[in-house]
Amino acid sequence: MPRMLYAEAVVEVLRRSVEGDDRVHLMGQYFLGLTPHRTMVGDLYRQYPDRVYFPPIAELGYVGAGIGAAIAGLRPIVDCATASFTFQAFAQILNEAANIHYMSGGQTSVPMVIHYNHGVRGGGAAQHSHSPQAMMWNTPGLEIVTPSNPADLIGLVLTAVASDNPTIWVDHVRLFDIEGEVPENIEPIPFGRASIPREGTDLTIFASSWMVRRSLEASELLASEGISVEVVDPRTLVPLDEEAILRSVAKTGRLLVVDECHLRCGVGAEIAATVAEHAYGDLLAPIRRLATLDVPVPFSPPLEQYVEPTTAKILAAARSVTGVQSGA
Amino acid sequence: MVVTAPAQSGPEDLEMMWRIRAFEEKASELFARGKISGLLHLAIGQEATAVGVCGALQPTDRVFSGHRPHGHAIAKGAETGRLFAELAGRRTGYCGGKGGSMHLAAPEVGFVTATGIVAGNLPLALGAALSSKCRGESDVAVAFFGDGAAQTGLFHECLNLASLWQLPVVLVCENNGFAEFSPLSAHTVVERLADHADTYGIPTETIDGNDLTVVRPAAAAAIDRARNGGGPSFLECLTHRLRGHYEGDPTLKRGAAARDEAKDPIQRFTRFLHDAARSAELEGIEVRVRAEVEQAAEEALAAPWPERDDLLTNVVAQP
Ligand SMILES: Cc1ncc(C[n+]2csc(CCOP(=O)(O)OP(=O)(O)O)c2C)c(N)n1
Ligand SMILES: [Mg+2]
Repeated sequence: MPRMLYAEAVVEVLRRSVEGDDRVHLMGQYFLGLTPHRTMVGDLYRQYPDRVYFPPIAELGYVGAGIGAAIAGLRPIVDCATASFTFQAFAQILNEAANIHYMSGGQTSVPMVIHYNHGVRGGGAAQHSHSPQAMMWNTPGLEIVTPSNPADLIGLVLTAVASDNPTIWVDHVRLFDIEGEVPENIEPIPFGRASIPREGTDLTIFASSWMVRRSLEASELLASEGISVEVVDPRTLVPLDEEAILRSVAKTGRLLVVDECHLRCGVGAEIAATVAEHAYGDLLAPIRRLATLDVPVPFSPPLEQYVEPTTAKILAAARSVTGVQSGA
Repeated sequence: MVVTAPAQSGPEDLEMMWRIRAFEEKASELFARGKISGLLHLAIGQEATAVGVCGALQPTDRVFSGHRPHGHAIAKGAETGRLFAELAGRRTGYCGGKGGSMHLAAPEVGFVTATGIVAGNLPLALGAALSSKCRGESDVAVAFFGDGAAQTGLFHECLNLASLWQLPVVLVCENNGFAEFSPLSAHTVVERLADHADTYGIPTETIDGNDLTVVRPAAAAAIDRARNGGGPSFLECLTHRLRGHYEGDPTLKRGAAARDEAKDPIQRFTRFLHDAARSAELEGIEVRVRAEVEQAAEEALAAPWPERDDLLTNVVAQP
């Protein structure tokens, strides 16, 4: 199977989407953020000049225009670059895009994709490190995809583009350098189907996006300590594959949620509540949540390390949930 | 008594421009050496706007900057040592390492805050002006922002509010012709950004922002107007950044060095002072300031990192 960088997969899925459907137009030029990879999209832009728009710094206006274009026949993929900038467009995303289908009694749809790069990235500080997935999730009407590897990215975004709903496509700049296998004839991946990138029997770790990579890294180390971890990657937060989570917890009896949103009212809170409600009887230990601590993301490198869910924190939390002593 | 802003500029302003230049060149070097991380936007080539405007302000006047804030902070009186420490994430930085380059704050010298959100500082400057006005104080507020910021909705809302409420605010647009990597023409068909202010009846001027002898009197007039109850002003300063959008930019391409040098505000003001027969006063300025900045950087890098407990402080103000 051919291997591909995550950043290459971003370009690949944009190319396939544009080539596959003339209604797909691209707005924004920072799908790959300000990373060294960002010039990779250039060829695609040059190939389809009349289907690519580079908007000025006017997120509220251009995301809103994307919503309107979607209502009226296009299937725009609109990039907000850094997740923090989506806040500039929240009025249109949360109030208009998310509500229109419902408010119109189903008459009007918003088939668009909104892209952002979330999370702690190294020196982004409080205003360039947000993970707004939980805020978005608290808004009915939006679909949220959180790929963690190149193949899932392509499959999920193909589905997002074909979807008749506003779909938030969540990337993380730290994923861009991840390499993974991508099948030649990759198919769209249906929403609401979690993947289990690692099977295990002692502990379920629920993680999405970049945190899947950290959880897998930690799981490898935990295996050598005799802790068998199963990693559940939901791939889409909305819709959520509750069954897959509950099945895994039924098997392992323990749950650790690792997520980059802030702790309070974060993705972890929702997953923990879901499991507590539906699988209380399966639990052998209290549920643990690891998240970005409830402070704005600090600039200073050591403080940034303390604030985010690191591999070391995952290891410590996993040991504590399973009752295994550190370094065993 | 209402003070009058100085409309003149002299060797002390050249010294301030050199201080900013030396600070940013040193920051660039430290970034390349991995001593500073994150996003670092330098304003090398734009020093005349910072010094021209801030040099005409009083210590209690309030400045609000954006993602390219070092020059504004230094010109308003912030110490280079504590700024370096902030850029390097040290505990001794102005914000204890929590802010970094884009979120500098030195309120003790009237540099209230910078923001990493383009145009996010504009309404804050308006609010500070509103507070001065409501409380009968004479302090003026200043917002620095780029040509890119002029494309935001927030910018247009703020022009309207500033004009409607006749706020003592000076809106300083540093128009360097680029927002990130694309030219102004890719963002708007409006060639003169000052035209926007005209629409709202705000007094405005488009000036050569790389000529300190032009920026200073224009800024002084706007500041005096604000302080004397004349309401807001808009200054469109045409300028030129001599560096890429951010340090480490892999696609950095700039024009011929010679063409750029003709625009260098430091060289231009130096020539002006020579022509004004003030050469003797300029001797040693650059060397002295570079040594001072070098020392400040060294001390900053020797300072301690924040500690784990510092992470949890300052989230909300304590009684
Ligand atoms: C709301 C928002 N959108 C996008 C960005 C990303 N960004 C940072 S600087 C910049 C360009 C700003 O251009 P300009 O206002 O002209 O300032 P300059 O960089 O030229 O000083 C952009 C788009 C941001 N920081 N904030
Ligand atoms: Mg600019």
